[in-house]
Amino acid sequence: MSTCFHCGDPIPAGETRSVVIDGSPRPVCCAGCEAVASLIAGSGLENFYRYRTGPSARPQDPSDGPDEWDAFDRPRVQQSFVRELSGGQREAALLIENLSCAACAWLIDHCLRRLPGVAEVTVNPASGRALIRFDPAQVQVSTLMRNLARLGYRPHPVGAGQAESAAQRERHAALKRLVVAGFGMMQVMMFAVGLYFGAFTGIDEVYQELLRWVSWAMATPVLFYSAWPFYKGALRDLQARRVGMDVPVALGMTIAYLASCWQTLTRGHEVYFDSVTMFVFFLLVGRYVEMAARHKAAAATDVLTALIPPTARRVIDGAEERVAVEELEIGDVVAVRAGETVPADGRIVWGQSRFDESMLTGESLPQARGVGDTVVAGSLNVANPIQLRVEQTGQNTVLSTIGRLLDRAQAERPRLARVADWIAGRFVIGVLLIAAAVAAYWLPRSPEMALLTTVAVLVVSCPCALGLATPVALVAATSRLTREGLLTVRGDALENLAKVTHVVFDKTGTLTEGRIAVDEVRPLGALDADRCLRLAAALERHSEHPIAKAFTEIETDDRAEDVVVTAGAGLEGIIDGRRLRIGTAEFVAALSGAPLPAADQGGDSWIALGDERGVLALMRLADRVRPDTKAVLDELRGLGLHLEIASGDSHEAVSALAQRLGIRRFSARMTPADKLTRIRELQAAGAVVLMVGDGINDAPVLAGADVSAAMGSGTALAQTSAAMVLLGESLTPLVQGVRTARMTTRIIRENIGWALSYNATTIPLAAIGVLTPWMAAIGMSVSSLVVVINAMRLSRRRRTEVCPPAALPGAVSEVS
Amino acid sequence: MEILFFMIPLGVVLVAFAIWAFFWAVGNGQFDDLDTPAYQILLDDDQPQPQKKANEERKEEP
Repeated sequence: MSTCFHCGDPIPAGETRSVVIDGSPRPVCCAGCEAVASLIAGSGLENFYRYRTGPSARPQDPSDGPDEWDAFDRPRVQQSFVRELSGGQREAALLIENLSCAACAWLIDHCLRRLPGVAEVTVNPASGRALIRFDPAQVQVSTLMRNLARLGYRPHPVGAGQAESAAQRERHAALKRLVVAGFGMMQVMMFAVGLYFGAFTGIDEVYQELLRWVSWAMATPVLFYSAWPFYKGALRDLQARRVGMDVPVALGMTIAYLASCWQTLTRGHEVYFDSVTMFVFFLLVGRYVEMAARHKAAAATDVLTALIPPTARRVIDGAEERVAVEELEIGDVVAVRAGETVPADGRIVWGQSRFDESMLTGESLPQARGVGDTVVAGSLNVANPIQLRVEQTGQNTVLSTIGRLLDRAQAERPRLARVADWIAGRFVIGVLLIAAAVAAYWLPRSPEMALLTTVAVLVVSCPCALGLATPVALVAATSRLTREGLLTVRGDALENLAKVTHVVFDKTGTLTEGRIAVDEVRPLGALDADRCLRLAAALERHSEHPIAKAFTEIETDDRAEDVVVTAGAGLEGIIDGRRLRIGTAEFVAALSGAPLPAADQGGDSWIALGDERGVLALMRLADRVRPDTKAVLDELRGLGLHLEIASGDSHEAVSALAQRLGIRRFSARMTPADKLTRIRELQAAGAVVLMVGDGINDAPVLAGADVSAAMGSGTALAQTSAAMVLLGESLTPLVQGVRTARMTTRIIRENIGWALSYNATTIPLAAIGVLTPWMAAIGMSVSSLVVVINAMRLSRRRRTEVCPPAALPGAVSEVS
Repeated sequence: MEILFFMIPLGVVLVAFAIWAFFWAVGNGQFDDLDTPAYQILLDDDQPQPQKKANEERKEEP
C-alpha cells in the first residue's frame, strides 16, 4: 500500500495522480494534495519536503468556493486582528493550523512573500502564529488567508496578538534576568577563586580588597535586577500573610548580601557574593523552564478555538451571506454544508445530517441529527446541508466551556507540588531560626564570631542539595524517557507516576487506533467475502462519509455508476448493470424486499450490502485495537496497577473491548464531566490515577487526574493538558515510564536523605564556629555534586530495557 | 601584579558590554524563534526556479 507523498494518507485504489518532485514522480492521494505539491514544486520550494519533520496536512479542496475568506475583507471583521501600521501598511495576526515544523514556517514565508504587496512574514512554529505585514492597496486579507488555506494551513484570526506579546515581554524580561545572573555568577566565581587561593596562600590586602569590591560590583545587579521577581513574590506573600518559597529565599539572599557588603566595608574575613549569585542563577533557571512550559501550554489552548471555523454562512431572507463568526448573534440562521464545521451551538431548523463529534465526545461514528436536534460548534457536518438557529456563540459554546473546564483543572495545583513547597519553605524558615538563634547566642560574647557563624550556618545549609535533589533527578529521568518516546510536559508528572495505583484508559484512539476499518465480512448470498468487499469499496469511493474511509485501503477494479446518497441510510449505485445498495440493514433490505438479516449487535457497527435479489453480506466496522495494547496492559498489571476503561462510546463497544483485553472495570457513555467524576471518586478512595487519553473531550479529565498521558497522534490540545505525551503510535513507553518514575522517586528519596543528613551534621558544626564560611561553601558544593551524580544514574540505561525504536515513527530519533 | 588594577576593571567593562549586546539582541527578537533560522540556511533558494524558466520559455514561443 503506497501512501501520499504530501499528506501520508493511504492512496485510494485507482487513484493515479502524481507530481514530479526532485526529478521523479511521487504519488498523491487527491486533487488537493496534487495542487499543493505541484504548487510547491512549481515554485522551486521542493526543499520543503526534504526538511519537514513529518507528513503535511491534507489541504482544503482547491475547488472549494473562494468566497469563504471574503468575509475577512470587511472592516468590522478586521478590527479584531488587523493592525494599522505607520506608512499605510497593515499587520494581520493569524493562528495557523497544522504548523508543525520549521519547514512549514519556511514554506509559508516563501509562498506569501511571492504575493505582491506582502512586506514581511514572521512565522513562529513554536506558538503556531504568523504576523503578516502587507500593503492594503495591493493585497487583501482574504487573499493572504486563501493562499494559506490552499497550502493546507488553515488560518484563524487572533485578537491582535495581545496575549502573545504579553508572553513575549515576560519571556524577554526573564531571559535578560537570567543572563545577567549568569554573567554575574561567572565573574564573581572567577574572583572567588582568587579569594579562596588567597585565603590558603596569603594575599596582599590591596588585592583582596580589589577582588571584593569587584565582586560586589558584579553581585549587586544580580541581586537587585535578576532577583527582583523573588522580592516581588516575597512582598506579595507577606501582604497576603502567608509564607511561600519567595520569603525565605529573599531573606537568605539579602542577609548573605548585606553580610558580604559589611565584610567588604569593614575589611572583615569573608565575603559570600559567589554563593549569592549562584543561588540566584540556579533559582532563575528553574523559573525560566517553568515559564517556558506554561507559555507552551497557553499557546496550545488556542488550538481549541481553531476548531471553530472563522466564517459562517448566515441566511437572511433565503440568501446566504458570508460573515465572520464573531458577527453571529443568537437567533441568526446559519447554513452548514456537508464537509463544513458547525460555527456555533444551535438547533437544526431545516434538513438532517450526520455530525462527526469525535473531537468533542470521542464517539467514533458520526451522529444523526434532524430538525429540532442540537448541534455543537466544532462538530463536522459529514452528510447533507442543514440550517440551524444559533443558540450560543463565542464564549458560551460547549467548546469554550470545555476550554474553561480545562483552564480550571490546570489551575488546581497538584497536592505533591504543594507538599514540596511546604517542606522547602519550612526548611528555610528553620534554617533562618537557627541562624538567628546562633547570632543571638554569639552576639553578646563575640560580635565577630556572631557574624561568622551566622553566615556559615546560612551558607552551609544553603538548601542547594535539598533544592537540587528533586529537579536534577527529574531532569535526568525526563530526558531519558523522551529518548524512549514518552515526553514529560509537567514537572510533577514523574513524581505522581511513581505513585500511581490505577490506570484509566480512554478507548477510542488510545487502546484502539481511532480509525474505522472493516473488521469482519459475513457473506449471506452467493458471493464470497472478497468479492463483496470489492463491490462495497467501489460504492464507497463515491462517499465522503467517514465510514467510507474504512474502505479506502481495499483495492477494487469495479466502477460504480449512478451513485445516489441517501442521508442517514446509505448509498445506491450500479456496478456491471447490477443495482446495489450499501448502508443500514433496513435500507439495503428494502431494495429486494427481503427480510432483515439478523446481526448481533456486539457493540460494533454492522452495515449491509445487497442487490435487488437479497442481502449479499454483512460487514462489521470496528476500530482496531493497537497491536501492542495487550502486551502493555499485561506489563502494567505485572507492575501491580489496577486497569480501567472510561469511554464516551456505547456500552456494547466498550464491554466487548474490555472483555477482549481482560479488563474487569469499565464504564461507557461517559461525558467529560462523568469521567472527571469517576477519577475524583477513585482519588477520594485513596487511589492515585493515571489517565491515558486522546481527544479534546479528555482534556479536562487529563488535567484532573493525578498524572496523565496523551497519545502523540491525538489532538494537540489533549497533548498539552496532559502531563505526558506518548510520541509514537504506541503505548509501550508507558511501561518504561512507570519503571523509571519509580526509580526516580527512590533516587530523590536518597538525595533528600543525603541532603538532610549533611545539613544535620554541618549546621551544628557551623553554629559552634568549627566550620568557617569557606569550608561551608566547599561542603555545600560537594553535597550538591553528590546529589547530581546520584541522579545521573537515571539517564544511564541498560541494554535489556530498551524498547523497540520501531514504535516511534518520526518522533524522537535515537541519538544515543 | 599592578596590572590587575587595569585588567579586572577592563573585564568588568567587557561584561557590561556583553550584557548590553545581549539586551539589544533580546529586544531585537533574536531569541524569539530558535528553531526556524537553523533551517532557513538549508532551505535557501539556491536552485534555479523552474516556474520562472517555464514562464520565460512561454514568452519565447510566439
